[in-house]
Amino acid sequence: MTSTTAARSPKRRFRFQGRYLLLIPLLLMTIFYLLPLYIMLVTGFKSFAEVSLQTMWNLPGGFSLENYIAAFEKLAPHLKNSLMMVIPAAIISSMVGSVNGFVLARWRFPGSNLVLPLLLFGMFIPYQSILIPLAVFMKNIGLAGSIPGLILVHVIYGIPITTLTFYGYYMTVPKELVEAARIDGAGMFGAYRHIFLPVSAPAFVVVIIWQFTSAWNDFLFAVILTGNENWPVTVALQNMAGSQIIAWNVQMAGSFLAAVPTLLVYIFLGRYFLRGLMAGALKG
Amino acid sequence: MLRDKDRYLNIVLVSPSIVAVLIFIYGFIAWSGRVSLSKWKGLTPDYTWNGIRNYLDLFSDPRFAVDIRNTLIFTGVFVGGSLVLGFLLAVMLDQGLRGESFFRSLFLFPMAISYIVTGVVWRWLMNPAMGSRMSGLNLLFANLGLDPLVNAWHTTPKWGMAAIALAAIWQMSGYTMAIYLAGMRSIPHELREAARIDGASEFQIYRRIILPLLAPVTLSALIILGHMSLKVFDLIIAIAGKQLQLDVPAIYMWQATFDGLFYARGAAIGMILLISVAVLIIPYLRYTLKTDSQP
Repeated sequence: MTSTTAARSPKRRFRFQGRYLLLIPLLLMTIFYLLPLYIMLVTGFKSFAEVSLQTMWNLPGGFSLENYIAAFEKLAPHLKNSLMMVIPAAIISSMVGSVNGFVLARWRFPGSNLVLPLLLFGMFIPYQSILIPLAVFMKNIGLAGSIPGLILVHVIYGIPITTLTFYGYYMTVPKELVEAARIDGAGMFGAYRHIFLPVSAPAFVVVIIWQFTSAWNDFLFAVILTGNENWPVTVALQNMAGSQIIAWNVQMAGSFLAAVPTLLVYIFLGRYFLRGLMAGALKG
Repeated sequence: MLRDKDRYLNIVLVSPSIVAVLIFIYGFIAWSGRVSLSKWKGLTPDYTWNGIRNYLDLFSDPRFAVDIRNTLIFTGVFVGGSLVLGFLLAVMLDQGLRGESFFRSLFLFPMAISYIVTGVVWRWLMNPAMGSRMSGLNLLFANLGLDPLVNAWHTTPKWGMAAIALAAIWQMSGYTMAIYLAGMRSIPHELREAARIDGASEFQIYRRIILPLLAPVTLSALIILGHMSLKVFDLIIAIAGKQLQLDVPAIYMWQATFDGLFYARGAAIGMILLISVAVLIIPYLRYTLKTDSQP
């Protein structure tokens, strides 16, 4: 007993002191992660006159919104496109995922043990392997270049992850509960509405955030499936940055504007954001 | 057992999604596969049989050789860097420091941002201009007296991809940290205590106990990061545009198909990417599905 405490206490003290030293690497890493954010913000708040690549690390001398206004003028229609695409995509995806997860979690049918692996693999495929048929197909059904087309694509390619997230979640609903509801005469809709739906709020949040973020941040589908005026903000920003006409400071401000919606989601719903990531990683 | 009425309802509810997955994922893969075996070049589809000609051409194509080399460099630096940094960050945050959740959210926020935004900002941070036009990180290094660190970043001949991987590490290392941290938290505390009682140092505990126990987590992270690096695309486009020096299969596929209208070649690149991802993912999925189904 005494030897245990004797062996433990110096260790404790060692850990305690060591912990303060850890702040040095942690603060260095903090700088590393904040550098890009610092440059985006600081450059954005400088006046046009003050902006120069040679003084890019200096703090702004005053407070100006010129860069943000210039960037917003360029990006506003595309920010709107992104919102109009992302919100329906996230909501529809979550509903589709919920219904699928509900059915698959309760129902074994011939071939049902094939569905999960097919969905899982579908989560990881490189989209380059379906891009040509997709572009041809969207053109043939007349949705190429449009926002509804892009929504459809995000919903369809979101089916694997949304279904699997809800499936995993609904598998944790106790079988007894479902059985009891059945004995009480609840049909399928009854079970869904009274047992599954009320407990699905966290799963809905996770899936909506996940789909919101990945559709907002998507570039590949957008650049191939939309035309100029329907570009979401990622494509517009890339185009702005690729042109020689638009100054780098406006690009920085534009980058910040394009990052704001997902950053806000992250700041306010970070807990769920992380849970979505984990579902993608550890379950997948 | 389901009632018959419910059974029909189930079929009605779930079949649109299953059909969509079968068509848009698996059907389209088959379709791409067929295109990759054709002579389709130009705007009109041409399914004339060409065997594996397109694949053979790619493997003797110098541009594709550059792509493979670049992908290997990117994967090595990005996956290695993210794993090491993610693990170290997780170890530091595992010490029960005050402010842990602040650091955790901070290291993870780049995950929420698109590769395009990351790329546009890093393009200016990694501005390779020298002398009086120096800016970005080079300027910062020079001002801090860290002149040896000043470099040409992604314009470095042959190794430019490593600079791109740096931006990717910035984006994904926090994520790697989060998976490691979750893994560490699931290791029973008694194990560490027992090791401490036996006189193991903190370093030994992480080296000999935690790291081996986290092998499945490392494998997950490796697979996730690895399959991302095979698909890397937007980040490079945003940092450097389409330059041959920094070409990767995904960019070649895009240019071959949508700029050059070499559909058959583009499809072959897409299929090669798919096969590479499958080689990585399928054994892993089989392994996780098997371990999951065990009680």
